[in-house]
Amino acid sequence: MEHTTKNKDSISHVRGTSIFVDDISEIRGTLQGLVFDSPVAHAHITSLDISDAERCTGVVKILTYNDIRGENQIGGIIQDEPLFAEKEIHFQGQAIALILAETLAEAKKAQKLIQLTYTELPVVTSVRQAHKNGRFTNASRTFRKNDAEKIFAKCDYVFEGQVFTNGQEHLYLETQGAYSVPLENGNIKIYSSTQGPTSVQKATAKVLGVPMHRLEVEVNRLGGGFGGKEDQATAWAAMAAVGTQITGRPVKLILDRHSDMRMTGKRHPYESDFKIGLDKNLKIKAYTATFYQNAGAAADLSPAVAERTLFHATNSYNIENVEVTVHSCKTNLPPNTAFRGFGGPQGMFVIEAAISKAAEALGVSAHKIQELNLLKDGDEFPYGQIASETLIQDTWNKAFTTFDIEKNIQQVADFNSKSKYFKKGYALMPITFGISFTNTPMNHARALVHIYQDGSVGISTGAVEMGQSVNTKMVLVATLTLGISPEKIKIETTNTTRVANTSPTAASATADLNGKAVEMACKILSNRLKTESARLLHLTDIKQISIKDNQVFVSEKLVEISWEELVLSAHLQRLSLTENAHYSTPEIHFDKSKEKGHPFAYHVYGTAFTVVSIDCIKGIYEIDSVKIVHDFGKSLSPALDFGQVEGALVQGIGWMTMEELLYNEKGRLLSNSLSGYKVPDIFSVPKIIEILPLETVGHKHAILKSKAVGEPPLMYGIGTYFALENAIKQFNPNYKHKFNSPLTPEKLLNALYDNHPNEF
Amino acid sequence: MIQFILNQKLISTETPSGENLLQFIREHQHLKGTKVGCREGDCGACTVLVGTLVNNAVEYRTVTSCLASLASVAGKHVVTVEGLNLSDGLNQAQQAIHDHSATQCGFCTPGFVVSMTSIIFDNPKQYQPDDAISGNICRCTGYKSIEKSVNQLDRILNKTEHSLSWYIQNRFIPEYFKEIPERLMLTRSDITPLKSDGMRSAGGTDVYVRSSDDLAEQNIQYLHEHNKIILTSEKVIIGAGVTVSQLWESDELIEILPLLRTHLRLISSKQIRNMATVAGNFVNASPIGDLSVLFLALNSELTIRNNSGSTRKLPLKSFFLDYKTIDLHPDELIETIEFEKPKSNFFYNFEKVSKRQYLDIASVNSAISFSFDKQILKNVNIAIGGVSAVPKYLTKTSEFLSDKKIDENLFREANDILQSEISPISDIRGTESYKRLLAKQLLFQHFLVFTQNMSA
Repeated sequence: MEHTTKNKDSISHVRGTSIFVDDISEIRGTLQGLVFDSPVAHAHITSLDISDAERCTGVVKILTYNDIRGENQIGGIIQDEPLFAEKEIHFQGQAIALILAETLAEAKKAQKLIQLTYTELPVVTSVRQAHKNGRFTNASRTFRKNDAEKIFAKCDYVFEGQVFTNGQEHLYLETQGAYSVPLENGNIKIYSSTQGPTSVQKATAKVLGVPMHRLEVEVNRLGGGFGGKEDQATAWAAMAAVGTQITGRPVKLILDRHSDMRMTGKRHPYESDFKIGLDKNLKIKAYTATFYQNAGAAADLSPAVAERTLFHATNSYNIENVEVTVHSCKTNLPPNTAFRGFGGPQGMFVIEAAISKAAEALGVSAHKIQELNLLKDGDEFPYGQIASETLIQDTWNKAFTTFDIEKNIQQVADFNSKSKYFKKGYALMPITFGISFTNTPMNHARALVHIYQDGSVGISTGAVEMGQSVNTKMVLVATLTLGISPEKIKIETTNTTRVANTSPTAASATADLNGKAVEMACKILSNRLKTESARLLHLTDIKQISIKDNQVFVSEKLVEISWEELVLSAHLQRLSLTENAHYSTPEIHFDKSKEKGHPFAYHVYGTAFTVVSIDCIKGIYEIDSVKIVHDFGKSLSPALDFGQVEGALVQGIGWMTMEELLYNEKGRLLSNSLSGYKVPDIFSVPKIIEILPLETVGHKHAILKSKAVGEPPLMYGIGTYFALENAIKQFNPNYKHKFNSPLTPEKLLNALYDNHPNEF
Repeated sequence: MIQFILNQKLISTETPSGENLLQFIREHQHLKGTKVGCREGDCGACTVLVGTLVNNAVEYRTVTSCLASLASVAGKHVVTVEGLNLSDGLNQAQQAIHDHSATQCGFCTPGFVVSMTSIIFDNPKQYQPDDAISGNICRCTGYKSIEKSVNQLDRILNKTEHSLSWYIQNRFIPEYFKEIPERLMLTRSDITPLKSDGMRSAGGTDVYVRSSDDLAEQNIQYLHEHNKIILTSEKVIIGAGVTVSQLWESDELIEILPLLRTHLRLISSKQIRNMATVAGNFVNASPIGDLSVLFLALNSELTIRNNSGSTRKLPLKSFFLDYKTIDLHPDELIETIEFEKPKSNFFYNFEKVSKRQYLDIASVNSAISFSFDKQILKNVNIAIGGVSAVPKYLTKTSEFLSDKKIDENLFREANDILQSEISPISDIRGTESYKRLLAKQLLFQHFLVFTQNMSA
């Protein structure tokens, strides 16, 4: 069986025939939706006049909170987020009304005629200010292991510092959108570009005031999600559905890019304080950190993101004394949300900063401190899980030997000694990332597998395809489990009527959870078909029967029964050719009252070595190479998994370098278009990306021992930040670490010349 | 009425000529392969090919259809991803993407397919293969697989220009391309009835970012005249409608400005360069306009013609009056821009720093030209963008540097004068102090590039 496979959608993608929400053929009578949103970040609404707008040609209805028949509430974890603003506005871009018109052009004309008056209120964008004012979206959390504060006194070295990591715009190429279609008896079908079909169904049901079964949510595929459509796809689906409920007509609502950037939340910006204590052997003895998370104006997924920051606060290191606290600070920015890594990157950046600060002060290489403190089996994470099947040292060692890192470091030094205006820098970045939803109850999935009487197979799961090739992995699982070729298997759309109560496609765990369910369902069907083979062959023991290459084998010998014949025979015997399997991750648990437990099914490990070059005249940079040893487990499909590593790495590099979110003090997003917010293009990615899989046996909780791969590699990008700072120091010996990301060309040039010992 | 061929289909439409091509393709023609990503030419998801009949053959170029008007494609062949699909299997670009797993979510992919296919229409002596995808953003792959796909095409093409039938035979484009030249000869390229009113637009790459919705309901005048580059013994005369790509592809121009392609690579993307005109950059009058800065440093002169046919000449440095204010009357149009053909011992350089090196708006850009005799600088012209209300010709700095012996200190001293001539403000492209520092650095960079060139 071929293990290196192609994305199953690749043919329709390249031919332009893949269907995204905006590509669905519209039913006649479809109304176009356009959101009217707040021009200010914090205000009391004094009046909203839609009368002129409603009289515009083509306008059918303008919806406000008054039109909501259920609850005006879409908050996922905490019920603190109205669908439409009522009396108060909490962020710029907050939805106030939805214009429904025959054409989008008509809706746009009407939008200009809506009159909103308001009294502005003080705007808070800074987390420190929000913290001072005691404004939080949810309760603060602390993870503790032993007593860090007490141990600092006994440390040979103690260092403190501050860190800022900015947010990040998801910039999924397909903007948010939904298409709502009326069915009979008030039922509604919603096509949504969402990572969480059940979230959409549940929230919309509440808004509409109907039971969940009246709503069918369908997802074909997403043009990128990256976490941005885990929670924040809900509002647009709910609005479109309200439109359908009120007008009885299909409603399409697709955000344009500017609206999407303005209205939706992003990766959380964090400000953090750290304190690190080491002994004279460079062993980290104690570590404390306080994370000030910029949650924005509503909780959204911030509580869960905050939690994961704590889970990854010590990254790949074993530290005996730890105390880490996170505050979800409520500000007047759009509610920030999930983004690949989910708070993990923000936590990891801070411990890496702490190590760099110590290394700078002690005059040693950061990678010496990193190496001396790597996790091993039996170490306890601050949240109580005991490290097992730990591979971080393996990836580290393999990187050093295979990539000859010591020699590379020497080459960098040699280059720097000869070059006046170009300098190189390097950094090591180990990652240890926990796999599972940290909210244990979410770790479940189901698969519905139909074998049709002609032998073709249709599989429904709760997984949403968004480019990560989860559907291709589902095909592979079914192929291997049923013993039939991939062409016989179709992955159906993700639909709440076929697979209900699903967890969102998130946390890198979707292939594991849904794949395990597919595997279970296919095993049951396979056994049933083997039993039918046994009946046909007059055998009593099915153990000697196997199905592979679309044929039945007995004791590895081909018998004259094809897959199609077997299936038809089973059908005529009135056997069920359908199975629905449920999987929930075993072993995991977490007690929030103690902040201890075993929340992760397993960890993913890896080590990246990054080399960068900076132009010290122009203050611009290139990434020479990123060389990675990554723990894929036993990869189901290296071609797809390598693509995940490369894509995540580059997204992480973007976050650390050029992607700069800019809000002004009034909470207005300045980087509000693709001309003002830059993501990596083909010329800005590392010249060389080398990925070496660590050879392992894989993990039993990973699907067919192929580990989760979506999020962990993003954090390799953090290495680029530290490599750049390393290079800056080669030009400006007076430079001290700033830990202020992204390191844009502006910050880099300033760093090169700030307090430089020589006159330029 | 506007006529053009969309893939294989003859379109005759009464839709206003200002409607944008992307909208027409998706909403009027229901071809959904072309995607809406940003509507400002910054992502490439809506890339299509536009073929223009030139001397009985068709010249194809990529454009971002979100910034193209219907008027701009009258009488032309527009090719979307659907129009590249072969009846049996994948075309070479599609195959390469498939082979290297260079598509993940698939939303950007049709744009990449069109851009990558367009490599066959580029002169391999003038372009690197990845220039074709300089305007395509992918958020999933990290580009390495895309690089491999482009390299695969490059290997097949072997840096050689082939015939149309070779490309058909070798599965780059479908069979029907063969009939297009003949069909275009029968397609009307004028827009009827002729309208003398309506906004005048050439490339449209800026106006369509701002006013696409308004223009959709209007008839516009598409300016496509003055699209030649003429070199006389004394002068270089460039038509107002010459696109940035035409500058790039002029081997004569490259001969006198050898680094020009490197400079132009820093300006927007291939798709945009295929549309954007020289004069468009001037009249847009952005303080950071790359071409404005580039031509200011060549001490260029504009020829401006009014509706009654009389012309006047104006130095480019006098054209920019204040922020977005230019010396151009509503009934006037720029006709040409010209500069003196440089003699030997001439140096020209352009520098630009932006958050992302390519396809970005500069924080500061600067250009310089001078001739030199032994070590003495002559006729220095230096211009800078992003640090003033207008693209700025640095009169005093230019004067200071002229007739002096070139060395590092001279450029260091010139910075004081430069700083007195500029007045940057803080905005999303950088703080005032950063722009001042950058202005200083780019001045020094000009010196470094010159000395490197001399020693090379």
